[in-house]
Amino acid sequence: MKFAIQINSSPYHANSGQTAYQFACAALAQGHQIIRIFFYHDGVYHAFRYAMPPDDERQFSQCWTTLARDHQIDLLVCISAAQRRGLLAADEARRQGKTDNDLAEGFRIGGLGQLLEATLAADRFLVFG
Amino acid sequence: MAMKRFLFCLRKPPHSGAYVQEMLDTILITAAFDQTVALLLLDDAVFQLKTHQQPPADMKDTAAIFKALELYDVTTIYVEQESLQERGLLAADLFLPVQVCARKDIAALMQQFDVLFPG
Repeated sequence: MKFAIQINSSPYHANSGQTAYQFACAALAQGHQIIRIFFYHDGVYHAFRYAMPPDDERQFSQCWTTLARDHQIDLLVCISAAQRRGLLAADEARRQGKTDNDLAEGFRIGGLGQLLEATLAADRFLVFG
Repeated sequence: MAMKRFLFCLRKPPHSGAYVQEMLDTILITAAFDQTVALLLLDDAVFQLKTHQQPPADMKDTAAIFKALELYDVTTIYVEQESLQERGLLAADLFLPVQVCARKDIAALMQQFDVLFPG
């Protein structure tokens, strides 16, 4: 089955991102396909490259980076939600005359049109958050 | 392009941070892609369409921003009857015309759609 997933809450506000991650791992293990994970609202906080939790806590952006690398999953961060919250990808930062590169490896910036495209292509669309 | 029927189930009150504005963006994009779009207002989301909001200058009248829905031909708005009653509201207190739906009929309503989009 083809899944599209949206994550709406930040790692430290709710556990829904963690639930989504566990769901994604379980679905992939059973041979399902995840066509896109879209980070929206406070979900964009999962994508910060420089989140530095203590060593005994889960490093969320690293988990996603690894998942994306191992399974070629498209991790898409909404540009307008990201910019509201101070997450600047390198090319957007350059455009604004800044030097930031806030987006963790494996994520890319996109828009709501790509979320919609994923909901149309998927058999199931799940929202966590 | 594929066509699906989307039901956006809104549950949050106005001024939940940027949430209402960002949900509206999703709704408008979906409509702009020529999908069938309907809204269902549940719980405190009925306040999102309440008329006579008087927000301070740096906050938005959430009913007024829903005016954009008409430009995208989104005119199907369902409101749960019990959510209105529990808050002392009538359909006439809302900014746009709505179809009132009893709680017992919500499940059947949802079954008419391909995608339930929680918000």
